[in-house]
Amino acid sequence: MIDFALLFFLVVCAVAAIQMRDLLSSIMLLGIYSFIMAVVWTRLNAVDVAFTEASVGAGITTILLIAALSRTRRMETKQCVPPANLLIYGTVILLTSAVLLYGTLDMPTYGDPGAPAHSHVAPRYLEKSYEEVGVPNVVTAVLASYRGYDTLGETTVIFGAGICVILLLRRKI
Amino acid sequence: MEFIAGKYNYWIYVALMMIGFYAMIAKGNLIKKIIGMNVFQTAVFLFYISIAKVREGTAPILWDRTVLYDNPVPHVLILTAIVVSVSTTAVALALIILIYREFGTMEEDEILRIQKNGSAVPPGKPE
Repeated sequence: MIDFALLFFLVVCAVAAIQMRDLLSSIMLLGIYSFIMAVVWTRLNAVDVAFTEASVGAGITTILLIAALSRTRRMETKQCVPPANLLIYGTVILLTSAVLLYGTLDMPTYGDPGAPAHSHVAPRYLEKSYEEVGVPNVVTAVLASYRGYDTLGETTVIFGAGICVILLLRRKI
Repeated sequence: MEFIAGKYNYWIYVALMMIGFYAMIAKGNLIKKIIGMNVFQTAVFLFYISIAKVREGTAPILWDRTVLYDNPVPHVLILTAIVVSVSTTAVALALIILIYREFGTMEEDEILRIQKNGSAVPPGKPE
């Protein structure tokens, strides 16, 4: 029951965040959304992901957005969308969601232990990672050892993004 | 009833994804588009973490009193994806700040109008 309530709050926060005219409130609602998401992930037993989301998703993203807002304008100007455009947006969104919902019909039931995602490498990691890596937390073992190159790539992406931001904002007016 | 209980997580993720998608295509304000992109990305993460759940399973941290763990692989993938999504947001915000310096606005329709008229004198820039 609490899971359903949390997911409901997620949807409410997301809608409120994109409908607010004041961008600062919008950013704050996005922060709340990220924290609720972190709670949902704790409920789903993804503890490492939950604290990454709480620190990086809710923390750093909010700070970055507020920093950007401090250099631009706080209020969104009112825009009048032509009805023809609204019709196009509605059609695109309805079509996409129809395709996605059709896709979920073939998905394995939520929590099914026999789902294809739980075969192949996952059981092997759970059985062998302690003797091979020596860390009880399997997520850490996979992240830093088995998929170490993945993490190296991630670090490269962060490095590239940092260089990009420095180069873009270096220019003095 | 069982069918709904087995799928509603996926449906919520579709709803969240479409909210983000709507913000990205329909909102004129560039910061709103970034917020929409964040909602969209988090919806995809929620989908992956839902896949990782095993009924009666516990967090994938090894201890001797349980036999059933959740799948650790999607957790690892999403840990990487969260950090990458923050990098994307940072670069996008830097670009927005540049656009604001250049055009004096971050509304899509005003930027297009200024580009068409060719008179871009941003406020606060001494000419």
